[in-house]
Amino acid sequence: MWLEPNETIVNKVQVLDETGKLIGSHPDVNDDELLALYKWMVQARTFDQRALKLQRQGRIGTYAPMIGQEAAQVGSAFALKKQDWIYPSYREVGACLVHGVSMENFFLYTMGHIKGGTSAQGTNVFPVQIIIGAQCLHAVGSAWASKYKDESSVSVAYIGDGGTSQGDFHEALNFAGVYKLPTVFFVQNNQWAISVPRSKQTASATIAQKAAAYGITGIQVDGNDVLAVYSTMKEALRRAREGKPVLVEAVTYRQGPHTTADDPTKYRQNGELEQWLAKDPLKRMKAFLIERGIWNEELEQVEFETANDKVTKAFEIAASTPSSKTVEVFDFVYEQKPSQLAEQQNSIQVEGVVK
Amino acid sequence: MAQMTMIQAITDALRTEMGKDPNVLVFGEDVGVNGGVFRATEGLQKEFGEDRVFDTPLAESGIGGLAVGLALQGFRPVPEIQFFGFVFEVFDSIAGQLARMRYRSGGRYTSPVTIRSPFGGGVHTPDMHADSLEGLMAQTPGVKVVIPSTPYDAKGLLISSIRDNDTVVFLEHMKLYRSFRQEVPEGEYTIPLGKADVKREGTDLTIVTYGAMVHESLKAAEELEKEGYSVEVIDLRTVSPLDLETIIPSVEKTGRAIVVQEAQKQAGVAANVVAEINDRAILSLEAPVLRVAAPDTVFPFPQAETVWLPNYKDVIETAKKVLTY
Ligand SMILES: Cc1ncc(C[n+]2csc(CCOP(=O)(O)OP(=O)(O)O)c2C)c(N)n1
Ligand SMILES: [Mg+2]
Repeated sequence: MWLEPNETIVNKVQVLDETGKLIGSHPDVNDDELLALYKWMVQARTFDQRALKLQRQGRIGTYAPMIGQEAAQVGSAFALKKQDWIYPSYREVGACLVHGVSMENFFLYTMGHIKGGTSAQGTNVFPVQIIIGAQCLHAVGSAWASKYKDESSVSVAYIGDGGTSQGDFHEALNFAGVYKLPTVFFVQNNQWAISVPRSKQTASATIAQKAAAYGITGIQVDGNDVLAVYSTMKEALRRAREGKPVLVEAVTYRQGPHTTADDPTKYRQNGELEQWLAKDPLKRMKAFLIERGIWNEELEQVEFETANDKVTKAFEIAASTPSSKTVEVFDFVYEQKPSQLAEQQNSIQVEGVVK
Repeated sequence: MAQMTMIQAITDALRTEMGKDPNVLVFGEDVGVNGGVFRATEGLQKEFGEDRVFDTPLAESGIGGLAVGLALQGFRPVPEIQFFGFVFEVFDSIAGQLARMRYRSGGRYTSPVTIRSPFGGGVHTPDMHADSLEGLMAQTPGVKVVIPSTPYDAKGLLISSIRDNDTVVFLEHMKLYRSFRQEVPEGEYTIPLGKADVKREGTDLTIVTYGAMVHESLKAAEELEKEGYSVEVIDLRTVSPLDLETIIPSVEKTGRAIVVQEAQKQAGVAANVVAEINDRAILSLEAPVLRVAAPDTVFPFPQAETVWLPNYKDVIETAKKVLTY
């Protein structure tokens, strides 16, 4: 029997439609959780918009906005247990905030501060990965360790649609399948890898179906539907904890530029952004909460103000942190500093410039 | 003649060679519609079509492997690696495959591939974008490593690289992309690979350098001139293989030399230049040959970058040590 391309039928999981109406049954989420999910999305968006503005003012460096992907990031991270690990790419502010990274940490990172790469002890988030795809195998190694030590933590790799073209992604799915590791590969298919559309990354109709080739579970979810993402991720994590790795494809959209150095008008189709704005994740959840009677415009305003204050405070902390000095860089090369390196460090300390 | 930035000169070189030779293909991440993240391939897809200028899926090892196969079949691939900090993903294709193709096939196959890539510090890129990794490439026999320092050189050297029947890693310093303009002739012209350029003649000291450090060295030479020193500045342009025919006579003339590179000090191109000078001209030396280089740490986060990078003041200081030895 020939396995013809794209014969696998993949049904996208959806809980809310674009207007915020329930389709199908209500997931197992109580009102407190519903509100928490929304509030995290508000925080993520508020941080994101401020970061964009601060970059334009020259107060922080290059930034990769996540606007439009709040549901995918918040919904997935909200399902994690504290002991679970995130292996993030550079666009994961939303997910990382939910899992315990502080806002000031992200500001420090974008300001090019040496401390920006570390999150607080006890926060299981690996440093931001720049090399596309690399984090997938790191998550596999981490999952292996957790299996070996008989801990119940899951390692989650966050990656984009473009990243699924990298060899590392495929090697990671394969390893996870072979060794039955507690891993979730969470792909945010935001339709673009800088200027290259999803259709040019892969001939597969979906990214989710790639799981089949590696003998692991795959699922596609509406990534702008926070309830669908949350319930899907909860189930994915349950399976992963039993040694059954899962590939989740969250279908979403990058509403902003790739980074602050990018101009999407060069490649985006006319009308495309508008189409996706209609599916905005915050708008949809807000409508649902109002319909449910647990949210209103007044609460909305207060929530955005609270988030704004929080972001302001975080930026103030970051901005008043003494900048990192070149001499500090020498302390993070080896455990024991070779004499030549110590000599170079001294010359900087004494004279302020490299000799 | 037109005034061009280095990035415009690079685009112009690509356009010139694509127009001349239908076997020249340009591909990589975002090089098509977007024209490259630095706009080096701007307009080329429109002019030469999607068959000759195309976006690849996001995979550097894929880009490198594709170049190997295309080269075997007679094409002249000019792939772009979006930032040279990502070269590790394509290292096997370059150092393991392309560099050895001539040798392994007993000369039946060659690898006329030019890998273009931006690199270099001073522009506050995110982590892993800015490293000077030319030393890694220069240690690979079978690969030529070219680093232009001006728009004029960039065009002539890129055309030569594309026409060369061996693999060339062509590194473009990001800080130089738009920092100044220069007269660049229209149409084709070449600058031979492996040939250094004497940027400035002098009799007291030879500065051997390349890339962005050429400009720091020239500035240092001007300052030193005010103090009465006559400094010769040599821009290597090709860091592997080295142009010893230019370096050695210069050192024999001046009797003193320093080597300036942006890369970390350990191993690397400058160390190689010093060794060659010691091997070949030790009896002409009035002083030890010293290096100016970045410290042997990881390339730092943006806040620590400016002090970390070598600059003209460091060049002056080291030059004086050698001049007054
Ligand atoms: C190995 C490697 N190659 C290229 C890049 C440059 N780059 C950064 S982001 C990006 C596109 C990634 O797209 P996708 O995986 O879809 O994630 P998104 O940016 O959409 O979140 C590219 C090509 C990189 N950082 N690392
Ligand atoms: Mg993407």
